[in-house]
Amino acid sequence: MKRSFKFIYMLLIYCFLYIPIAALIGYSFNNTEYSMLWQGFTTNWYRDVLHDSNLWVAVWHSFYLAIAASSTALLIGTLAAVSLCRYEFRGKSLLRGLLFVIILTPDIVLGIALLILFSLGSLALGFWSLYFAHVTFCIPFVVVIVLTRAKGIDPNIFAAASDLGANEIQLFWRIIVPMLLPAILSSALLCFALSFDDIVISYFVSGPGFEILPIKIFSMARLGVSPKLNTLCSLLFFMTFIIVCFSHWFTQRRKA
Amino acid sequence: MKPKLHYFSVGLIATWLGVFGLLSFLLMVVISFLQQDPDHIALPYFTFQNYIDLLDPMFLKIFIKSFYVAIIVTGGCLILGYPFAYILSRLPEKLQNISLLLLLLPFWTSSVVRSYAMMSLLKTKGLLNTLLLSMGIIHQPLQILFTPTAVGIGLIYNLLPFMILPIYVNLERFDIALIEAARDLGAKWTTVFRKVIIPLSMPGIVGGATLVFLPSMTLFFISDLLGGAKSLLLGNLIENQFLMANNWPRGAATSVLLTLIMGAGLLMYWKRTKNKEAEHEAFL
Repeated sequence: MKRSFKFIYMLLIYCFLYIPIAALIGYSFNNTEYSMLWQGFTTNWYRDVLHDSNLWVAVWHSFYLAIAASSTALLIGTLAAVSLCRYEFRGKSLLRGLLFVIILTPDIVLGIALLILFSLGSLALGFWSLYFAHVTFCIPFVVVIVLTRAKGIDPNIFAAASDLGANEIQLFWRIIVPMLLPAILSSALLCFALSFDDIVISYFVSGPGFEILPIKIFSMARLGVSPKLNTLCSLLFFMTFIIVCFSHWFTQRRKA
Repeated sequence: MKPKLHYFSVGLIATWLGVFGLLSFLLMVVISFLQQDPDHIALPYFTFQNYIDLLDPMFLKIFIKSFYVAIIVTGGCLILGYPFAYILSRLPEKLQNISLLLLLLPFWTSSVVRSYAMMSLLKTKGLLNTLLLSMGIIHQPLQILFTPTAVGIGLIYNLLPFMILPIYVNLERFDIALIEAARDLGAKWTTVFRKVIIPLSMPGIVGGATLVFLPSMTLFFISDLLGGAKSLLLGNLIENQFLMANNWPRGAATSVLLTLIMGAGLLMYWKRTKNKEAEHEAFL
């Protein structure tokens, strides 16, 4: 294939990916409520969004839900991955199968199954239902990432530590966790993003008392396009871009 | 001596997944066999009615439509994504890293946000129509938003990387010497592509297709935002049964059916790859 053709093809795909985002950011600075034509530059919409306390409540909810859910998932997932790697126990293959099934089931099915469980268990839909749901869909990702890394560790290291008198707890905190740290960190980042962005599962298990950001955006978007929503989404794009670029730069630097 | 930490960690994950994974799935299956009742979740009478209901022409139509959309979306992602993955895998390493980052950057934001961006682009008075009108390509604004086309575009927009990544991973390990060998032996470019590159990247294609096909039947919020009130996808059907029609047993039956379709697909895929591996080993 010709070089120029390759270049143009890639450019077209990137245009497809980025034009909607760029347009949205452009609109967020547009000084008009209804028209899509350019009416001059303004930052009023940003002021509106920054002063909307309802919105910030949803942001805050999403944030602490993501922190709580990903730290719990990290704890359970890391312990599970270490056990799966080091020990033989009954039901090991069942556990593996279950983790696999949870990753592969469509989100909507998991959402509904959890909704049924919570309703039958009379758990009110709110923070706790979201928390249980988010931890559940995050755990398998932590296990997969950490397990892959754990399998690469030489088991003789554990034997050596035990011979030198380390007990299981010491072994876990002072040998295993430091060696798995890169995998734990990257699964933390993934869990946070998954939890912060999830819509399908959250849609079924969230209640009116505890509103989170994706659900709020979804219900606003159903009413149509508005400058305020343009601005909110642009802000989210900016935030994501900064975080992703920073973490990319960070990992690249570490490699070098 | 068996370490205590081990009991603790296995117990913890087994309990968690047992309750929120296994138990919730089992309850869903049980509910799907119970009688519907608008005031309660279900009445405790065993029935097959919920599954028989799904054979109703109205539901069958949604099933077929949803399948059709999923096939178009998977095909669209493959046509757009394959050349991209191929070009990407042949770039020098540094450029490859940057291109991958650019590809994945939008996908770290919520898919609702991305679908909303697509919505404002496709609006009757949106950027696309404004541009096309001012360039004189069209004389009347196109009504794209709130049509099945918009849902298709939205789904492709959201799922494209899931097609590109597996193919890219596959092609990256691809030995370029194979292409040179085929060329040296006199094969034309089209033949090389058809007989060497495509067959060898089949695992990537199948992997990508599975990752795209299932979500494109279930991502109900994309169809809600871009398709308007028409429920187009199987996901919308499930959503409606739970949140509007208040018919949980039927919704559960639909979910069970969806899971079975998924299971069958995966089983087929595994069997095929296993056979291939067996053939490969026999060959060696």
